Amino acid sequence: MTSLKDLDWKPMALVPLLALAALPAVGSPSTWLTLTVAGLAMGMIVFIIASGLTLVFGLMDVLNFGHGVFIALGAFVATTVLASMGSYTAADSLWLNLLALLPAMLVAMAVAGALGLVFERFIIRPVYGMHLKQILITMGGMIIGEEMIKVIWGPEQIPLPLPEAMRGAVLLGDAAVEKYRLVAVLVGTAVFAAMVWTLNRTKVGLLIRAGVQDREMVESLGYRIKRLFVGVFVAGSALAGLGGVMWGLYQQSVIPQMGAQVNVLIFIVIIIGGLGSTLGALIGALLVGLMANYTGFLVPKVALFSNIALMVAILLWRPQGVYPVTSR
Amino acid sequence: MLQRLLSKDLPRSRWLAALLLVLFLGLAFAPFLFPGVKALNVAAKILIFVALVASFDLLLGYTGIVSFAHTMFFGIGAYGVAISLSSVEEASWSAIIVGVLAALLVSVLLSLLIGLFSLRVRAIFFAMITLAVASAFLTLASQLSEFTGGEDGLTFRVPELLSPGFMLREDPLVLPWAEVDLNGRLITYYLIFVSVVAIFLTLLRIVNSPFGRVLQAIRENDFRAEALGYRTVVYRTLSNVLSALFATLAGCLLALWLRYNGPDTSLSFEIMLDILLIVVIGGMGTLYGALIGSVLFVVAQSYLQDLLRLIGEATAGIPLLPALFTPDRWLLWLGLLFVLSVYYFPTGIVGKLRERAVLARLKELR
Amino acid sequence: MSEVLLKLEGVHTHIGAYHILHGVDLVVPKGQLTMLLGRNGAGKTTTLRTIMGLWHASQGRITLAGQDITARQTPDIATSGVAYVPESMGIFSDLSVRENLLLAARSARTLDDIDTDRLEWIFGLFPAMKKFWNHPAGKLSGGQKQMLAVSRAIVEPRQLLLIDEPSKGLAPAIIQNMIAAFRELKAAQTTILLVEQNFNFARQLGDSVAVMDDGRVVHSGSMAELAADESLQSKLLGLSLGAHQ
Repeated sequence: MTSLKDLDWKPMALVPLLALAALPAVGSPSTWLTLTVAGLAMGMIVFIIASGLTLVFGLMDVLNFGHGVFIALGAFVATTVLASMGSYTAADSLWLNLLALLPAMLVAMAVAGALGLVFERFIIRPVYGMHLKQILITMGGMIIGEEMIKVIWGPEQIPLPLPEAMRGAVLLGDAAVEKYRLVAVLVGTAVFAAMVWTLNRTKVGLLIRAGVQDREMVESLGYRIKRLFVGVFVAGSALAGLGGVMWGLYQQSVIPQMGAQVNVLIFIVIIIGGLGSTLGALIGALLVGLMANYTGFLVPKVALFSNIALMVAILLWRPQGVYPVTSR
Repeated sequence: MLQRLLSKDLPRSRWLAALLLVLFLGLAFAPFLFPGVKALNVAAKILIFVALVASFDLLLGYTGIVSFAHTMFFGIGAYGVAISLSSVEEASWSAIIVGVLAALLVSVLLSLLIGLFSLRVRAIFFAMITLAVASAFLTLASQLSEFTGGEDGLTFRVPELLSPGFMLREDPLVLPWAEVDLNGRLITYYLIFVSVVAIFLTLLRIVNSPFGRVLQAIRENDFRAEALGYRTVVYRTLSNVLSALFATLAGCLLALWLRYNGPDTSLSFEIMLDILLIVVIGGMGTLYGALIGSVLFVVAQSYLQDLLRLIGEATAGIPLLPALFTPDRWLLWLGLLFVLSVYYFPTGIVGKLRERAVLARLKELR
Repeated sequence: MSEVLLKLEGVHTHIGAYHILHGVDLVVPKGQLTMLLGRNGAGKTTTLRTIMGLWHASQGRITLAGQDITARQTPDIATSGVAYVPESMGIFSDLSVRENLLLAARSARTLDDIDTDRLEWIFGLFPAMKKFWNHPAGKLSGGQKQMLAVSRAIVEPRQLLLIDEPSKGLAPAIIQNMIAAFRELKAAQTTILLVEQNFNFARQLGDSVAVMDDGRVVHSGSMAELAADESLQSKLLGLSLGAHQ
């Protein structure tokens, strides 16, 4: 990435700023800590989901309004996988739990990625460059996906209980911090680190970063960027699937409409972050997660509005999001 | 004179004109042609959708803006009338007027706010922002239960003239094929009919005026429009506001008909999808598409669900198929239809009929 | 008569409803620097973009080293050994100088792989590249960006360089730098097709010249011939070269 002194640090400061501002409002430091970890965990999960979407848009100017379908699919697949590994999840050993959780995540990612491949080929590819049609068609694709989930798994809510060893909380001083939320933060950080590594230390990552800025020039340098795009789309879908698993575990249940519900949240996140920016998506996601948890505690009725207010505030400061992609 | 009434926006296709005439007459005389409570409900629903979709077409088809907040304005109209009539002892016309005006005011303010703020950003941003705002509004309506009745909604009475108990004449009108009760429902139906016709003709006037032409220019190429001196933000915002106002009026009519309003009747996402489907199948940027699409959609909705049930029962033994072919999965087929329409049918029915007419005329010239 | 590397025959290009190129015939000899001159709107940039496949020729033929590349996609044309430096330079501002060059070095698998001899040569031509090696390209000055754009085109040996107005907006001192760099490239037998409006720049470098007007090539021949004939210059280029300094 860019050298340290060239880094635009202001947006990154927003996250600790928000956390610190909430402290006096919440009052008790232990409650604040619980809420903050919950917010970071939620933010990380949302980031996992949003990162794929923002890259897809940045790279190929395609906005997938149907991204939610990969979330829901991942979550539902996980319910099936975890249900079949009951003995592992019921055991009170972290290792056995992970032995169940990891395959669930991997299968969810694989299935979501496969759907992504199909989605790109049949829904997105015919409408490259036509924004209006993209919006309409990807919405349609999501409806179809959501209904198919209802066909396969039924229209009802399905519980997704946490594996035994991940339940409950640890005590950090006075504050009760849920174990699973720590896991979510870890996974999210790992995903972010992997993304940053790929984007900055591999040639593929270089291509993606350059392609987001100037697609035509990358082609003029001899790279078939269209193939790269399919790869990014599939990766984004797989990540959404992973995010779906984590979101489902966070809520401890899954419903077919969860895709549409999380969709709105993701859009807010990538608008705040700037379409095409991974770091922006992270910041947006953390801000949204923190905001949702703080307002959920302080003034529950305005939770969703708080996110919109946040988005409006950011857009008034930087109309293209906190890290707009330079060439657009 | 017909030309002036339709603001010179003629069907331009014999088939289309015939179809429109048939539909118009059918709706005009629906209570007499299709007696019975269910049929009248269907007809009223069609009328309201026509107003709702036509106002959406102004925004999408003519100005090229995708907005997911349309149902929000629909809901504002419905809630305006519902809240107003729920809070008075005796249902009165003045209560209705207050409700309508209040709803219109809220819609103007909201649409102005959304428009001026979001239309400065890119179209994609605008679509996403409207989605977010509409979702928030839906949650708000469910949560402010003291005000809006929450999840259960509001049931209320309408003025005597419009209520089912009111009889224009004691005995029903006897026709060869049925008996028609001349009651308040009939009057309400015609109130809706006249209002929708007025809304539709006004929209025709708007899109065929110089203002409407600028909107279309902006839709085609906003850079050029801006270069030619038109402040695109102003025009887009105005289009947004007008579209919102007519959606609000449609909502008011809905509330009057149902004598009930809740989050699902006017604010649900499914209604937004229905609007999108109707406008795409009917034909974007034609206004007449709203009429044809609404009829097709509402009629198909009831019959398709029956069809699905039949197929579902017929395929009972085979795995998975019954789950696909049940009336509950109506949305699946809707979604498929929608995606296919956007690909293969981008100009919609009206567009297709007009194309055929043009081709036929070209053949004659040869 | 030296070998022909690039040949355009009767090339027409339409952009939407606009008919920009009306039958361009152009010959670019191998190992030489061919100047493509003409006033604004003559179709020079369109010609380069059509060769590069960014816009497709609606009619005509383009041959590179005997192979027909008219219908090829841009990445394939690039991998056939063509480097393109657009008028807007196409610098990736968020990426560092090093990353920009790395991307251009197609054969580099890892991030440390660029041919060091080649790099030293580039540093010799354009010292600023070494100085700003790890800095984001967006922070470079206009002239430095231009140098980066050219460096990208030469970080690996290429059959043909297509360069669009490299001297535009540059200070005279930097232009001299550019001229020296191009002279070295010529000495290394690189084939270059260079679009320019600055005749003085063109005159110092060009071996052959083609002048375009209204989407056609209206004159082609040797640079020496054109440079010697002032009346021909004013006829083809409108103004005397004094105005283009």
